[in-house]
Parts: sequence; C-alpha cells; structure tokens
Amino acid sequence: MSGTKKLGLRQRYEHMTRGLDWETTYQPMDKVFPYDQFEGIKIKDWSAWEDPFRLTMDAYWKFQAEKERKLYAVLDSFAQNNGQTGISDARYANVLKLFLTGVSPLEYAAHRGFAFTGRHLRGSGTRVACQMQSIDELRHVQTQIHTISHFNKYFDGLSEFPHMHDRVWYLSVPKSFFDDARTAGPFEFMIAVGFSFEYVLTNLLFVPFMSGAAYNGDMSTVTFGFSAQSDESRHMTLGIEVIKFLLEQHPDNLPIVQKWVDKWFWRGHRLLGIVAMMMDYMLPKKVMSWKEAWDIYFTEAGGALFQDLARYGLKMPKGAEIATAEAEHISHQNWCTFYQYTHAAPFHTWMPDNEHLDWLSEKYPNTFDKYYRPRWEQWAKMDKEGKRFYNGALVQLCQTCQIPMVYTEPGDPNTICFRETQHGGQRYHFCSDGCKDIFDNEPEKYIQAWMPVQQIFQGNCGGPTVPDVLNWYNLKFGVDNMDYAGSPDEALWNEWHADKVKAAS
Amino acid sequence: MSVVALDNQDYAAKTGPRDTRASYHGNIMVYVHWEEHLFFCAPLAFPLPPAMPFGALVSEVIAPHYAPHPDAAHIDWSAAEWMINNVKVKPDFNASLEANNIDHKSVVRFWTPGLHGETGH
Repeated sequence: MSGTKKLGLRQRYEHMTRGLDWETTYQPMDKVFPYDQFEGIKIKDWSAWEDPFRLTMDAYWKFQAEKERKLYAVLDSFAQNNGQTGISDARYANVLKLFLTGVSPLEYAAHRGFAFTGRHLRGSGTRVACQMQSIDELRHVQTQIHTISHFNKYFDGLSEFPHMHDRVWYLSVPKSFFDDARTAGPFEFMIAVGFSFEYVLTNLLFVPFMSGAAYNGDMSTVTFGFSAQSDESRHMTLGIEVIKFLLEQHPDNLPIVQKWVDKWFWRGHRLLGIVAMMMDYMLPKKVMSWKEAWDIYFTEAGGALFQDLARYGLKMPKGAEIATAEAEHISHQNWCTFYQYTHAAPFHTWMPDNEHLDWLSEKYPNTFDKYYRPRWEQWAKMDKEGKRFYNGALVQLCQTCQIPMVYTEPGDPNTICFRETQHGGQRYHFCSDGCKDIFDNEPEKYIQAWMPVQQIFQGNCGGPTVPDVLNWYNLKFGVDNMDYAGSPDEALWNEWHADKVKAAS
Repeated sequence: MSVVALDNQDYAAKTGPRDTRASYHGNIMVYVHWEEHLFFCAPLAFPLPPAMPFGALVSEVIAPHYAPHPDAAHIDWSAAEWMINNVKVKPDFNASLEANNIDHKSVVRFWTPGLHGETGH
C-alpha cells in the first residue's frame, strides 16, 4: 500500500491556486505589483477572496476542449448543409456584421484587460480567476470569428472587421469603452468589465444576440452562445465576487466603488444602444422589444441585485432612472441615425415596413406614434418620391461616449440634450449629465479622445471627402453600405430563393 | 476633480487634447442645430473659416444642408431665433463668425417660428 493520499477537491484547488503565491524577496512586493495601490482601494486580506467555481487550470483545459469540439462539429455541419440559406432573411446577416465589427473585438480587448489585471493584482485567487477569464475572452473572439467566417463567404461587410473597429466612426463607441476600462487601474477595470458589464448588463448584450440568432435560423451563432454560456456564468460570479470583496475589505472603498458603478453603468447603457436598435429594427423575426428586455434584465434583475448589495451601502447607479426612461427612445434614435448615414456604415439599413411600424407602435405605446412614426412616414414618403434622405454633413459627437449627439433631454423627446464643460480653455460637449459627470471627474483622461469627426476634419482619415474616408475604412461603396434594397446581399438572397422555388417545382 | 493615475504629477503634462483649434488648418469647428427638427438626427459639424460672415454661414452652409426637410423651403431667416454658446442672441449677418462670438467648438442653435417638423406643436 502506498502512503500517498488523494487530496480533497478544496485542498486540491487551494494547492493549485493559492499555492502559486509567494512573498517576493529580491524586490519589494510594491515594486512587483505597482498598479494595485494608486486607485485608493484598500485590501486588508487577499486570502478572503472566495472563488466559488474552484476551477483549476488542468480542469479548465479539459472542459473547454470538450466544449469546443462540440461547437466545431456544429459549425462544420452548418457549413455542409448550407445553413446560410436557411436563415429567416438576408437582412439578418447585418446583425452579424454589427456583432463582428462592434462586439467581437471587445472580447479581444477584454482578454487583454483581464490578462493585465490578472498580472497586477497581488492576491493569487483573484489572479487565477482573471487569468481564466482572460483565456475565455480570447477563446470567445476566436470562436466568434470562426462562426461568422462562414457568413463572410456570402455576405458583404464582414471581411474588414478588425480594420474597421479601429477606424469607422460609430465603432469608436465600443472601442473607446474598452480603451477607457483598460487604461484605468486594475480595480476599476474589474468593476467596469467584471461587475458593471458582465454582471449587471451582460444579459442585455448576450441574450438578445443569441436568442435573435435562434429566432432567425442561425444555429451556428446559437451554438457559439451555448458554448460561451458556462464561461459567462463564471464571469458573472467573478463580477459579483469582486464587488463584495472590495466592499467587505474596507469601508473607504465604498465611495470609490460607487463612483465606478455609476460611471460604468452609464457607459454600458450608452454602448448597449446598438443592441437596442438591433432588437427593435434589425431582426427579421423579433424576440422582444428593447424596452421589454430592459424591464426584465435591468429593472427587475438589476433592481434585485442592488437591493442585495444595499447591505454594503451600495446604491443603484446614478443614471438608472434616466436610462430606464430612455429605454422608450434609444432604439428609434439610433436606427434613425444609421438610416440617414447608411452611406457611411458597413452594413445595410432599411425602412421599417408597415407591419414593422405597427409592431413598434404596439411595443412603444407611449412614444412611438408620438415621436418616431411620423419621422419614418416622412422619410417613406420622400423615398417614394425618389428623394431618399441622406444626411450630407458630419455630426457633433459626445466627448465621453463618442456617440453622435442624438439623445434628447430627459422628459423632452423633441429637444437634443446639450451639456458642456470648459477645460484648459477648450469647450467639450456631452450628450447627457452621465457623460458630462464622467468627463468632469477625470477631464485629463477624456480630452485625449480620438473623436472620429474631429479627426476627419483635421485630415487624418484618408482625405476630405466621404469617398476618401470610406476608402480609408476599407468600406466598398455600393457593396458594404447603403440600403439592403438593391444591395449585392439582396441579389444573392433572391437568387438562392429562386433556386429553391425552381427545385421545388 | 482630477484624473486617478499611477503618475498623477506628470499626467497632464504628458497628455493633451486632440482637437485644438491649431490642428484645423486655420478653420474652427462649428456645431449647428435646427431645433424641433430631429429629422436630422443630431447637430451638424462644420470646419469653417472664422472670418466667414454669419450671413454666409446661413446661406452657404446651413440652408443647403437642411434643405431636404419639407419645412426648409418655408424658413424666414429674418424671423429665426438664434442661440450661440447657450445665449439667445440676434446675430449680425454681415459680421464674421468670430465677431458673432462663434469660436472653436461653439454651438449655434436656431428655432424657426411656425415650423415645428413632423412631431412639433
């Protein structure tokens, strides 16, 4: 009989995570971990970190490899069966364009952010959790690219996604969100991405895209979603653990954490405007309205969460009420923007038809008929007369979220919300109190923003004309952009369906 | 308030804005917004020479860009109400933008009495 005894699950976990930690002697700990002090967060006992999953690296590899084998089997069968011809309508492909250019690069940014954070927090439990999330995010961006690459064989607007993420005007919105988080300290990054984004708001990003895929016959993206789901639940647990840990460690942490929660809730809310527009306008078969999703996932679920966190003194994010009121408006305001700038975006737009307008009237009884339906009807009338409306000028942007200044005063949906701050003798403009507050708290950070409109006017984006700029985006005019009607995507779709009809007759 | 950074002392010295007037090749960036007409989703942005007369801003920049709206043909510019940098003013159409207090990143908002767009009252 051998004298060795097998370790219990918890012992094994401790051994393979906490056992990685040691006090440095060649260099002082503060020099080895230079980033975890300056934000003012006080940690008394790093070992109090609880990781409820107790996943070790060896188990992680085994589990993920198994999941990915299944995912790639589904992707292969989707490709072999020409799954792209079975989606609800080719308009759906534009949802994937939005996702691949706007969301997938954020997975990569999250990977880098968690790798950095994992390196720079001195508690080993936290480091291991961040390391795993970092690898998850890298896997997610890879599997998303692989999943959507099949659609790239048939549909336009997908092939230049990393290039576009760095250059196209509206993609500076998601890009700047993560640039902001990743240039903050490691604790702010954890609250920004781990808590506010992954915990409070993730269901409003992931669920709409994945159920949208399911409703519209895109089984490959749905399978990616299922595959990522177990990671997402781990990320959510990390998010809630980090906020409890920070609040339990020291009472001085509360005001700092509250400020971050206020800030990142607002930034997340602004970013999710593209999801709102996707749900209400872009899905050929609709899942639910943005307003309904907001009510379920933020008002109810988020409300319960903050009730639970009240025992630490944490309050609802500052902009929560305004954001909830805006759930009646943002999808319409955003799609109106893309409709009139269809020439400048690498996906197709379309006018909602009458059935779609009726659906919107029904889902938004307080606002749609009063504020937005008349606008669509006006544009439809002009389109019929051969005067389809394109906005010929560039727009003013918010200095913080970088979204065009399309949002309206709280309580007054006919008036644009203008906010302004003077800093260092310059004017800075904002779309809301939420964005102005973020700037005013750290103006030195946000004055550096790379604002697409400003950069175009300065001559830094390929030239002074719209074709120059689109060329610099690698956007093919008349192919990647403009209305769905008349696009090569539409022609291809019609060809597939003509073939189907022929085969059936 | 000030930025929270590892290098708090030197942060401001090492960084700066990317849209100062000096980087616009002699122009200033001016924002224009026609109130009650969210047919145009957001205020428009233009790089303009500061010596341009206000009247030219109206006739050569504002009028053509807002022309697609059916209300545009009915605008009486002499009756329009103006707000420059949050102050209600009566601009001098013959004077330059600068003389009308329009500088880099100024906001020029205007209302057109009687014309309220699709959703106005």
